Amino acid sequence: MMSVTEIDILADAQDSQPAALPAEVDAPLPPLARRGLAGPRDAAAGGQAVTLAGLGKSFGERQVLRGVDLRVEAGEFVAVIGRSGCGKSTLLRLLAGLDQPSAGTLAAGEASATRFMFQEARLLPWAKVVDNVALGLEGEDARERALKALAQVGLADRAGEWPARLSGGQRQRVALARALVHAPKLLLLDEPLGALDALTRIDMQRLIESLWTRHGFTALLVTHDVAEAVALADRVLLIEDGRLALDLRIDLPRPRRRDAAFAALEQRLLDRVLSAPDREPETPPDHAAVPVPAPMLRWAV
Amino acid sequence: MGTAVIEAPRAPRIVGTATGGTAREREAPRQPQAWRAASAAALRRLAPWLVPLAVLALWQVSAQAGWLSTRVLPAPSAVARAAWELALSGELWRHLVVSTGRAFLGFAIGGGLGLLLGLLTGSQRWAETALDTTLQMLRNIPPLALIPLVILWFGIDETAKLFLVALGVFFPVYLNTFHGIRGVDRDLIEMARSYGLRGGALYRRVILPGATASILVGLRFSLGLMWVLLIVAETISAQSGIGYMTMNAREFLQTDVVLVGILIYALLGKLADVAAQALERAWLRWHPGYQT
Repeated sequence: MMSVTEIDILADAQDSQPAALPAEVDAPLPPLARRGLAGPRDAAAGGQAVTLAGLGKSFGERQVLRGVDLRVEAGEFVAVIGRSGCGKSTLLRLLAGLDQPSAGTLAAGEASATRFMFQEARLLPWAKVVDNVALGLEGEDARERALKALAQVGLADRAGEWPARLSGGQRQRVALARALVHAPKLLLLDEPLGALDALTRIDMQRLIESLWTRHGFTALLVTHDVAEAVALADRVLLIEDGRLALDLRIDLPRPRRRDAAFAALEQRLLDRVLSAPDREPETPPDHAAVPVPAPMLRWAV
Repeated sequence: MGTAVIEAPRAPRIVGTATGGTAREREAPRQPQAWRAASAAALRRLAPWLVPLAVLALWQVSAQAGWLSTRVLPAPSAVARAAWELALSGELWRHLVVSTGRAFLGFAIGGGLGLLLGLLTGSQRWAETALDTTLQMLRNIPPLALIPLVILWFGIDETAKLFLVALGVFFPVYLNTFHGIRGVDRDLIEMARSYGLRGGALYRRVILPGATASILVGLRFSLGLMWVLLIVAETISAQSGIGYMTMNAREFLQTDVVLVGILIYALLGKLADVAAQALERAWLRWHPGYQT
């Protein structure tokens, strides 16, 4: 996923400086967001609506995304599912400004109001946990705000530790705190729970849901776990072959229980994902026809 | 299960003193055991020194018995006496100060340049294109091969010695800095950028700390090289310094003073290494490999 050409660290940094600095300095943040940044974090920071029109992205010959039209309302929680290599992570990277689109338009607000949670925690191993959370924060109270954010993910007592001492789930919680301390209006999550064990996953899903309810940011979650998508999202999008193939609204009440209605939705989505004609030659053609119970298939997409 | 519970108190000797038995039964073997553990620990600490001490003793005995000519190898006691006299006369300190000054000045020049150029070529594509090939070519010339040229250029005064030390120290620092910068996790840089870090802040918070482990490896290498080069430079031409002191002593067949000089080089090298290790422990505290 990393662009291989990105070697000139300093040169790039200098190139992007003029573009990025004014955005951070001049951005007229609404008063609500300001309060969210500086003061008590109970105030909702509000969400950022996202509009995509005819969005396309290709890497050389290979077209990863084509003609994606999408409107995400402010404060909505949207999950994006699809087979690996379908372009769902690319969509997120475009929204974060980590890659540039090849076609179409994209409106996702200020870069400084968008935060990205990666598949790996990506903590700086040489910075204490609290300094990791305070990364990119300005001002006298940076440390204090970082500590508050850590408390929100239940890790206030680990603030002075090195990241190497934390478990995988704790590292992702630190990464979540690091994203939230900026009071983002748009939070992009790229399979952040993919590497966690099942119980830690459920804990993290609940944590993300409660923080989303509290802060009101717009959330876009890329996941390969259909159950996770159904548990968290207002809408589930399916991307197939670089196109938006399904847009399903999940109207289950929150917090969601894994009851019959949940299972039915999950099954329906799974069937839809698996019914797509196989494009990957290495998977057997009768893959979808094998009668396997749904829970076992959950991780297969 | 049942039999084990019944048997345990009946056969404490077989089960072992560490696992069980009543308090009274443990009382008796405890004292000698504690003593044995303490002496074992002391032995473990002493063990690495047994061989050097034996060699030293053997050396002393053979020198006193006349088996070893004092011209070849004077007794350790004679070497110690020579060191003591040199220290008392102040000669040793004068040479030591001069040598250390040369070593560190040369190191500062060469290492500083290596660090700067390594940072530059590591982070700027154009600098790598312009400089790296040239530097890699120069790197393959052993610094000591340049001695005749250095003498032609600078004569035999201070500049020649500083130049040799600086040149030798430059390449380990340069190479390791370059590779350290290149080896910084791209994902971390991408993450830091997406969190708004640019230019100087990105460098300070992410790139430099990420390259530190590698830079310190270069530092250790070059600290070792620093003394080697200085010794050679000082033995070729000098009016002061430890190298001069030993060469001078050779002229007068003062083997004991020669040995003092050699031992001092060993000591200085060890000190430099200890200092580098302390830096590693201080700067790489976060690194699981350096945590104690």
